[in-house]
Amino acid sequence: MYAFNYHRPASLADAAKLLGGASDGKFIAGGQTLLPTLKNRLASPSDLVDLTGIAELGGISASGGAVSIGAITKHAAVATSADVKKAIPALAKLAGGIGDPQVRNMGTCGGSVANNDPAADYPAAVVGLNATVHTNKRKIAADAFFTGLFETALEEGEIITKIEFPQPKRAGYEKFRNPASRYAMVGVFVAETANGIRVAVTGAGPCVFRHTEMEAALGKSFSPDALKGIKTDPAKMNSDIHGSGEYRAHLVGVVAKRAVQNALG
Amino acid sequence: MANQGIGQAVRRKEDFRFITGQGHYTDDINRPGQLYAVFLRSPHAFAKIRSINTDAARKMPGVVAVYTGKDVAADKVGGLICGWTVKDKQGNPHKAPRHDIIAIDHVRHVGDQVAVVIARSTSEARDACEAIEVDYDVLAPVTDVRSALKPGAPQVHADAPGNLCYDWEFGDKASTDQAFAKAAHVTKIELVNNRLSPNPMEPRSAIGEYDSGTDSTTVYTTSQNPHVIRLILCAFVLGLPEHKVRVIAPDVGGGFGSKIFNYAEETVCVWAARKLKKPVKWTSDRTEAFLTDAHGRDHVTHAELALDKDGKFLGLRVATMANMGAYLSTFASAVPTYLYALLLAGQYTTPAIYAEVKAVFTNTTPVDAYRGAGRPEATYVVERIVEAAARELKMDPAEIRRRNFVPVDAFPYQTPVACVYDSGQYAKALDEAMKMADYANFAKRKAESARKGNLRGIGICAYIEACGIAPSAVVGSLGAGVGLWESAQIRFNATGSVFVYTGSHSHGQGHETTFAQIVSDKLGVPMENIEVVHGDTALVPMGMGTYGSRSLAVGGSAIIRATEKIIDKGKKIAAHLMEASVDDVAYDKGIFSVKGTDKQVPMAQIAFTAYVPHNYPADLEPGLEASAFYDPANFTFPAGVHIAEVEIDSATGVTTIANWVAVDDFGNVINPMIVEGQVHGGIAQGIGQAMLEGVVYDPKSGQLLTASFNDYCMPRADDLPSYKVGMIETPCPHNPLGVKGCGEAGAIAAPAALMNAITDALGTEDINMPATPQNVWRVIQRQNLAAAAE
Amino acid sequence: MTISVTITVNGQQETRDVEPRTLLVQFLREHLQLTGTHVGCDTSQCGACVVHIDGKSVKSCTILAAQAQGAKVITIEGLAQDGKLHPMQEAFREHHALQCGFCTPGMIMSAVDLAQRNPNPSEETVRHELEGNLCRCTGYHNIVKAVMAGAQAMRG
Repeated sequence: MYAFNYHRPASLADAAKLLGGASDGKFIAGGQTLLPTLKNRLASPSDLVDLTGIAELGGISASGGAVSIGAITKHAAVATSADVKKAIPALAKLAGGIGDPQVRNMGTCGGSVANNDPAADYPAAVVGLNATVHTNKRKIAADAFFTGLFETALEEGEIITKIEFPQPKRAGYEKFRNPASRYAMVGVFVAETANGIRVAVTGAGPCVFRHTEMEAALGKSFSPDALKGIKTDPAKMNSDIHGSGEYRAHLVGVVAKRAVQNALG
Repeated sequence: MANQGIGQAVRRKEDFRFITGQGHYTDDINRPGQLYAVFLRSPHAFAKIRSINTDAARKMPGVVAVYTGKDVAADKVGGLICGWTVKDKQGNPHKAPRHDIIAIDHVRHVGDQVAVVIARSTSEARDACEAIEVDYDVLAPVTDVRSALKPGAPQVHADAPGNLCYDWEFGDKASTDQAFAKAAHVTKIELVNNRLSPNPMEPRSAIGEYDSGTDSTTVYTTSQNPHVIRLILCAFVLGLPEHKVRVIAPDVGGGFGSKIFNYAEETVCVWAARKLKKPVKWTSDRTEAFLTDAHGRDHVTHAELALDKDGKFLGLRVATMANMGAYLSTFASAVPTYLYALLLAGQYTTPAIYAEVKAVFTNTTPVDAYRGAGRPEATYVVERIVEAAARELKMDPAEIRRRNFVPVDAFPYQTPVACVYDSGQYAKALDEAMKMADYANFAKRKAESARKGNLRGIGICAYIEACGIAPSAVVGSLGAGVGLWESAQIRFNATGSVFVYTGSHSHGQGHETTFAQIVSDKLGVPMENIEVVHGDTALVPMGMGTYGSRSLAVGGSAIIRATEKIIDKGKKIAAHLMEASVDDVAYDKGIFSVKGTDKQVPMAQIAFTAYVPHNYPADLEPGLEASAFYDPANFTFPAGVHIAEVEIDSATGVTTIANWVAVDDFGNVINPMIVEGQVHGGIAQGIGQAMLEGVVYDPKSGQLLTASFNDYCMPRADDLPSYKVGMIETPCPHNPLGVKGCGEAGAIAAPAALMNAITDALGTEDINMPATPQNVWRVIQRQNLAAAAE
Repeated sequence: MTISVTITVNGQQETRDVEPRTLLVQFLREHLQLTGTHVGCDTSQCGACVVHIDGKSVKSCTILAAQAQGAKVITIEGLAQDGKLHPMQEAFREHHALQCGFCTPGMIMSAVDLAQRNPNPSEETVRHELEGNLCRCTGYHNIVKAVMAGAQAMRG
């Protein structure tokens, strides 16, 4: 790692101020993605502003047909939360499958969403459930939040405070893991929401995306068989030594069917 | 003490320190005033170094020194050596181009060391590395053997034309050609034995320390063979007197072959420590380990098996290209030759065998011995082609093997490729394995899988290996630069406790327990009163170390010889104490007695008497200790049968191991718990090779694409099954323990067993290791198996 | 520039001035000489560095010492109590769940956390839960057995 300054503010206002005052500052929450990046000297921030001391960013609450998860809530807490398990079991399952137990004890919901790694799980849930991302400045709709590879709608210094997941009628998540890294090579979140079916795919492409053809098909019949014959364009998929575009495109179909099956219980 | 001796599953003596975090691995050791080395490594696979500017780096905070290859050359440091000279078809020695400990004019693989920064901390050294400016003339690299042998390929070394290290042959070409001429059937197969990264969990580490007062040097290093490292460092690379150098290999966190070799980094630490008169420490990170720890395997092979109409093997012809990487590592030349072609008879009576091996330089990390070293490659060739032949001839793969096994009454058995097999019961192992695997009912299970839309396959591997390495005169005649005996010393204390010094090195094998069991059994000393000492050249007599499943067969035999000397001397002391003649003294399990009387003296009293010799034979030296060196009469030949059963998800290509059976014959077993543990670990590495692991280079840039655990797939707990392990004990007839060795068997047997199961499920031989989900899925698409399964 | 970090390690409050870039594992190994916690990779995968922070297993190579400010950390050296091995340590020895011993501290720390969350884990659960710990020696067979036995011993 390159040298940096470290700050641990207790309030959102202080956090924003510290970042603003740094020449090239970065927020850190659990650090489970950021620290490996820093250790490999792939980034050299001047300052790290640790958000985990800000009490108002924590906590899980369920009310009014939605589950709100504070930005610094750890994956393990989401996975084991009675509220989440009751309202959106697919979300609890997703959180319980991120990384490994040790990563889940440190990594946070807000950190994962803000980082928007193409192979992360949370973006699939945010898009699949049409969640709303709350920040210290505004509310951002899921469809407008993830803008590209490691890119989001967050502005400089903007801090995610919580994510509000509307409770779906039913939902399912399934992922096919990269055999080596265990990140999602293809992850599909399927939800039947108040406003129709949503199918969000992570891992396969450069950024989480909605599979509109699958959404239409599942709108007609919410069953794995409804997805038969639906193709995904290999040219739009990521490709690496573990999975070519063709393989990933194929897996999107298989994994989506299994996600639907999970939603059906 | 009845539950502590030979054959008992004694719990390990070494475990307490490890389970309480009190092991002492090299990186846990810190010396006063210690400095830290970080290497600047080549980002290019092949380049000429035009110039290096270290001025800025030298001025960075905490930097004590920055050295390049020119500084090393100015001190007349030798290059790293290959200790085994293989002669080619014409009898010429192999090409062993110079391997500088820091590159001088060219870099030849990504990760090649270009400079070293020595600083007060690792962070400061790393910061300074980034300030070194290197002007490279980047050259087109070559990474695979086929491309490297083509005319016009980039030339890795000017003094190895055509990138050829050697073109070697073994066996009788004429008789093999004759066998093929009369064959009723010939099976042909193309195989790639994938390149692997050994990845012991402990990364390599070294500390060099110089004491100018005594002009002596101490090296702490992650080594499987500290004396061999001392010998190479002193006699070949640094030119130091051997008696002024102490090499300590403390607790070592796994080796699997990769810690046999003399590496540049430990050498640089020693050289720099002597220059700076300060301890210099280097610890590898995992990416450096991927870039610089010697890799394993990387063969491309064409093989042909000639059979008669009844499935009897008549002849085997093998042509292999072996990737050596950019430089010839310490024992690299022996791996695809004498550790490979000599095992091509497998467990069979194949009368004629001929092998050709081309060893090839490429712009990749050097390749050397990795768990099994040559023998997994041989077993993979033999067991894949035997299985393929059975399928072509529509024979039961078990039956074709049974028809060709060396029969139990044929031992010692001379193969056509030089080996004399010591003992074995090959059919018995197969029968036992088939029973344990419920082979008879496989068809039912396959039908059940098919109902679920899945594919199912079963695969056998009947492997053999040559262990107990090795008779010194034999390996000497084949080009080895060392003898492969082992040493032992047993030293009693006056109070009856015992030190056992062994030239073997334990880095997970449990020698501290197994060797203590032997001594306890032979000398009647309780386990808790025995301390096994290894890994320090200042304490232990010259020894050759641990690799090739040799420690028990060779090092254990040396210990037995030492116990015999102790007992012989003990008899003389006992005779004196009991006022009997030496010829009348009997010995059994720690008790000396006079035959036909009730007089007896225990070992502890003998030891006390030897050190407090007030009442003592006049012509006998005091003290009770004995040294022994054991040079084996032959290799040992462990063998066995593994059966793998897999289920493949035809939608995703994911292979699940449904069952794994291993029946091994390691001769006599000293500690079955430890032996089974070795089998488990070996199987896991073999499964890793067959379906998870593979080093991948980008062919254009020569970049290593699998340089971390994010891309190199290490076996995890949920990738693997529990294993069913059975044992047959056919004693080795030529060593005093009757043991054969067990450390590599699993890694030798598993790849062929698993690939035979996967190819059985897929109905084609045409898939290479690792059979990853993607690779299996591609075959499923090609064979249209998904549709068939649905 | 250094910052002051205070962490309670194995029951002992420890304060050190460290560079902000100091990882928890460096704090333990280099500043406190607690070398039982190991480093086996650079990408947070091998788990040789697992310790407990406030009772939960984490990878100490992927946490800044500063992030553990004020926390209670238990390392492998602090697992045995009053000279008596933890049941999971005993189980690892009894079932030959270690060979070279390098992954063992992290493996045991993960296993203790696993058993706290799953008092009666199945083989499948154990294998799945050990996803963050690599072992190159044992093939996991005996580790899985030991973790199941250790969990049983922990529930008494």
